[in-house]
Amino acid sequence: MNNQGLFYFLLCVWLIAMTSCGSSPVGTAAPGKLATASTPDTSNWPSSFAFGHTASASYIDSIDIDIAPDGKGLPAGSGTATEGQTVYAVKCAACHGKTGAEGPFQKLVGAMGDTTKAKTIGNYWPYATTLYDYIRRAMPFNEPGSLTNAEVYQLTAYLLHANQIIDATTVIDAGSLPQVQMPARALFVNDDRKGGPEIR
Amino acid sequence: MSTSDNHQPEPGAGKKIHRRTILGAAASAVAIALVKSSGGQLVPAAVPAATPVAKAGAPVVPADATKVQGAVHGTLGTRSGFEQLKKKPTDTSSRSPLQDFHGIITPSDLHFERSHGGVPVIDPLKFELLIHGMVDRPMVFTLRDLKRFPSVSRIAFLECSGNFRGNKEEMTPQDICGLTSQAEWTGVMLSTLFREVGIHPKATWFLAEGSDAAVMTRSVPIHKGWEDAMIAYGQNGEALRPEQGYPARLFLPGWEGNTNVKWIRRIEVGDKPWMTREETSKYTEPIKDGKIRQFSFDMDARSIITFPSFPQQVEKGWIEIRGLAWSGRGKVVKVEVSTDAGKHWQTARLQEPVLDKAHTYFRYLWPWDGRATEIASRVTDDTGYTQPTMQQLLQARGRDMGGYHLNPVTAWVIKGDGRVLFKPEKWK
Ligand code: HEC
Repeated sequence: MNNQGLFYFLLCVWLIAMTSCGSSPVGTAAPGKLATASTPDTSNWPSSFAFGHTASASYIDSIDIDIAPDGKGLPAGSGTATEGQTVYAVKCAACHGKTGAEGPFQKLVGAMGDTTKAKTIGNYWPYATTLYDYIRRAMPFNEPGSLTNAEVYQLTAYLLHANQIIDATTVIDAGSLPQVQMPARALFVNDDRKGGPEIR
Repeated sequence: MSTSDNHQPEPGAGKKIHRRTILGAAASAVAIALVKSSGGQLVPAAVPAATPVAKAGAPVVPADATKVQGAVHGTLGTRSGFEQLKKKPTDTSSRSPLQDFHGIITPSDLHFERSHGGVPVIDPLKFELLIHGMVDRPMVFTLRDLKRFPSVSRIAFLECSGNFRGNKEEMTPQDICGLTSQAEWTGVMLSTLFREVGIHPKATWFLAEGSDAAVMTRSVPIHKGWEDAMIAYGQNGEALRPEQGYPARLFLPGWEGNTNVKWIRRIEVGDKPWMTREETSKYTEPIKDGKIRQFSFDMDARSIITFPSFPQQVEKGWIEIRGLAWSGRGKVVKVEVSTDAGKHWQTARLQEPVLDKAHTYFRYLWPWDGRATEIASRVTDDTGYTQPTMQQLLQARGRDMGGYHLNPVTAWVIKGDGRVLFKPEKWK
C-alpha cells in the first residue's frame, strides 16, 4: 500500500470508529474490546470534560510559526540573495563558513553531485519552504528567534542562490518560495518497511 | 556484573587520595549529634546524613559496620558510592549505561537524552499546550488541565533512530546503542484531547512543536494520535525530568525518538506533513538507487547482549549471558543466542513482563570451555521480523545506506583469556 492508500485506509478505520461513537452522545469503546493503557474505556465519559479553555485567534497567531510546503504561514516581506549576503556574513558565517561550505558547523552549501558527500541544502533538502521555517525558528544557533522576517527571506534567498538553485536577483517572498524546485525533491520516498519477515 | 568500564578520565580521578582526607571523613562520620526523631524525641545520630564519601573516590568503609551507627536518612535516597553509574554525554546527547542495568526500567537520571537546543527551563505554572488547526474548538490546556483528564501509564522504550556506533573493538553497549532507555510514562492519551477539541474528519497529520531553543517540530500521522500517543507528564512515578521534556512531552510508543517532541507547546492538526527540517534534512536515510527514505517512524526489533560485554573479562565455567531486546512494532516473541559465531542459535529465556513496545530482559546459561569464540543475540518480534545482520541491511538498503535505523545483530568476541571485545561493523 502506498502512503496515500495507507492514509485512506486509516481514515476509514477512524471514520468507522467515529460512526460507532456517534450512536451515543457520551462516546463508547467498541463492545467487547478490552480497555488497555493505549485504548481507555470511554464508555462512561462525558462528551466533554470541559477542562482547558478556548484559544483566541491572536494567541494562536502569536505562536503559529510553521511554514507548509505550499507556502501557508509565510509572512509578508521579501528578500534577494544580494541582500542576504550581508546578513549572512554578519550573523552566520562564523559558524557555517565564509561561503557556507567551510563549517565549522553544518555545511550549508554544496550542489548536486558535490563529491564531498556532505548533505546540503543543494543536494539533500527537498523543500525550499523548510529553509525559511528552520532559519526563523532555530538560527542563528547562539540567538535563535532573533531575525526579522525580512532577514529570513534574505538569508533564504542567499542560501538558495549559493546552492545554485536561484539567481542572485530572484525575489523570494510568500508567492515565489513555494515555487522553487529543489534538486533533491525527486529522491525522497516514503518508508517502505512494514514489519514481518522482510528486511528493508 | 557491574563494572567500572569508564575510560573517560574523571575530574580528579588521577589525584592521589591522601590518607588524612579519608581519616577526616571517617572521624566526622562517627561524631554524635542529637536530632529530632519523627516522634519528636531527641535521639542520638551519626552525622553527616549521607554515606561519607572521601573527596575523590569510594565511600569510607568502617572496619565493622555492626559496631558503628550508620548514616541517618535524608530527604532524597542515595545511590551507593560504590556504584559508578554514568551517562556518557556530548553537547547534544547522552547515552544510557545499558551494561549496568539489571532490569528493564532505566533509572530516570540515567535515561538517554538528545536535544537540538539544550534543555530549557520551563515554569510548570506557565506551561500551556495549544491544539489548533483542523479542529472544531482550538483549545489551550495548562498542566493542571492535562492532569485532570483521565490518566494512563505504560512502560515503553524510547530510542533515537541514530542509535548505532560500531567502528572499533573497545566499545561498550552504552557506546554502541546507549541511545535507548525505558521508563513508565504517565499522562493523558492524545486521543482524549483529540476528542475534546474535535478533530476534522479530513485531518491526516498533526505537527508537534516544542518550546526549546530549537522549537523542535515533527509531523505525525493522525492515526498515531488516535492509537497510542500520549502527552506524558510522569516518568517512573515522578514528574518528567527536565531532560525528558518537563513539564510535558509527546510520547509515541515504538516510534523514533525525535518524533517524541519534548517541552511540547503546540499541536497543529492538518492534512499534509509540514516537511520540517528534522523530517527532511535529518532523520531520513539514503537507501538503494539514490533514494532517500522519509517518515521512517517505527523502530525495528533489536537486541544486544549486555553481559558479557567490553571491557569485562569472564572466567571459564558457567556464564549467564544477559541482555535487552525490544521492538517498536510490538512484543518480543523470541530471543536467540549463538555462542559459536552464528553457526547455531539457542532460545534464550525471556524475563516477564514481556510488554508491547518495551525493553525485554533475556538470559541464556552457557558453560564456557575457555576457547576463543563469538557470542551474539537476535530477536524476533510478533510481526515475524527477525533482527538482521549488517550484511542483510546492506543488501536491502545498498552501499549508500544511511546511519539511521540501523539495528544489526551485535556480536562480542570472547578471547581465550576471557577478555571481551566488540566485533566492529564497518560499512562505510
Ligand atoms: C553559533 C553557531 C551558529 C551560527 C551563528 C549559525 N548557525 Fe546555523 N547551525 C548551527 C548548528 C550547530 C547547526 C546544527 C543544529 C542541529 O543539528 O540541531 C546549524 C544548522 C543550520 C541549518 C540546517 C543545516 C542542515 O543541513 O540541516 C541551517 C539552514 C542553518 N544552520 C542556517 C544558519 C543561518 C542562516 C545562520 C545565520 C542567521 C546560522 N545558521 C547561524 C550553528 C550556527
